[in-house]
Amino acid sequence: MGRLHEYQVIGRKLPSEKDPVPSLYRMRLFAPNEVVAKSRFWYFLTKLRKIKKAAGEIVSINEIFEKRPLRIKNYGIFLRYDSRSGTHNMYKEYRELTRYGFASSDLIYRCILINWIRVFLEIKKQKRRNQDMAARHRARFSSIQIIRVAELKTPQVKRPYIRQLIDSKLKFPLPHRVVRGGGKKSTFLAKRPSTFY
Amino acid sequence: MTDKIFLLYLDSFQSSAFKRFVEVGRVVFINYGEDAGKLAVIVDIIDHNRALIDGPTTGVARHSHAFRRLTLTDLVIKGFPRGSRSSIVRKYFEKEEILEKWNQSAWAKKLDNRRKKAALTDFDRFKLLKLKKQRRRVVQVELASLKKNKK
Repeated sequence: MGRLHEYQVIGRKLPSEKDPVPSLYRMRLFAPNEVVAKSRFWYFLTKLRKIKKAAGEIVSINEIFEKRPLRIKNYGIFLRYDSRSGTHNMYKEYRELTRYGFASSDLIYRCILINWIRVFLEIKKQKRRNQDMAARHRARFSSIQIIRVAELKTPQVKRPYIRQLIDSKLKFPLPHRVVRGGGKKSTFLAKRPSTFY
Repeated sequence: MTDKIFLLYLDSFQSSAFKRFVEVGRVVFINYGEDAGKLAVIVDIIDHNRALIDGPTTGVARHSHAFRRLTLTDLVIKGFPRGSRSSIVRKYFEKEEILEKWNQSAWAKKLDNRRKKAALTDFDRFKLLKLKKQRRRVVQVELASLKKNKK
């Protein structure tokens, strides 16, 4: 799963004699591309209304871009996901430049989404089974539904891991430095690298 | 209570081995990616892994950059306004003469020498060898005479 984008999809039921002007349905979705966005649109719409893809059409689809992609914002994300044992709702926060930033790269998507879920599951199931629990679970795109992503004002931020970052005089050291030089790396070096700052 | 402990923890950083901090106004050296080898300033901190950096005078566009792909330098712009625009970043960068300070540092000189050395041609390397031999000769002659006089 690569980068996610945010799409606005508008669709409706095909016009018929009974209903010549069917009402439009609009959805904001996160998907890796337009094809998946349309597919998700029909998936959700069939759950909400008595409309199916065969008797409906997509009126428009367009990507929603971030208005100010250079300003740092705090977001709250509402998730629903299917674990191996059931369905869970979850609320998490993240600090990013864009709404879809939580999935801006493969790495971040994995780290944030999947690790949250792993940690969550681990805590939940620790009593039952201590080992080899997190390792087996893989949360995939199909098992995660993003219910809502909301931009938060500072007082609305709940989670301590984001709250601690909201400080105009924030200052912290980096304890470990690994220089990732470009180009080829030699297997053997005359000097051992310094990892201090 | 936990806040107090956290503050103590921070104090221990200030007095301990850590000299460079992630903070607004910290000058960073980018060591990976298309901007590798350029300087920039931390404009705002996104989270524990990334910051918003900008370097209008060094050709670094404002973007989010991971800490593991940059190195903190000793230079800090004091009183740098958090989240300021590029034009203001430029003003502070020039006022504090960050580039000049950087170029005078041993780190920058080492990098520059490395670059020079990499750009040498075969003939340049030969000339360098000759010059080094000359220098060595001066030193050795002097050393030998000193040893003789001592005896």
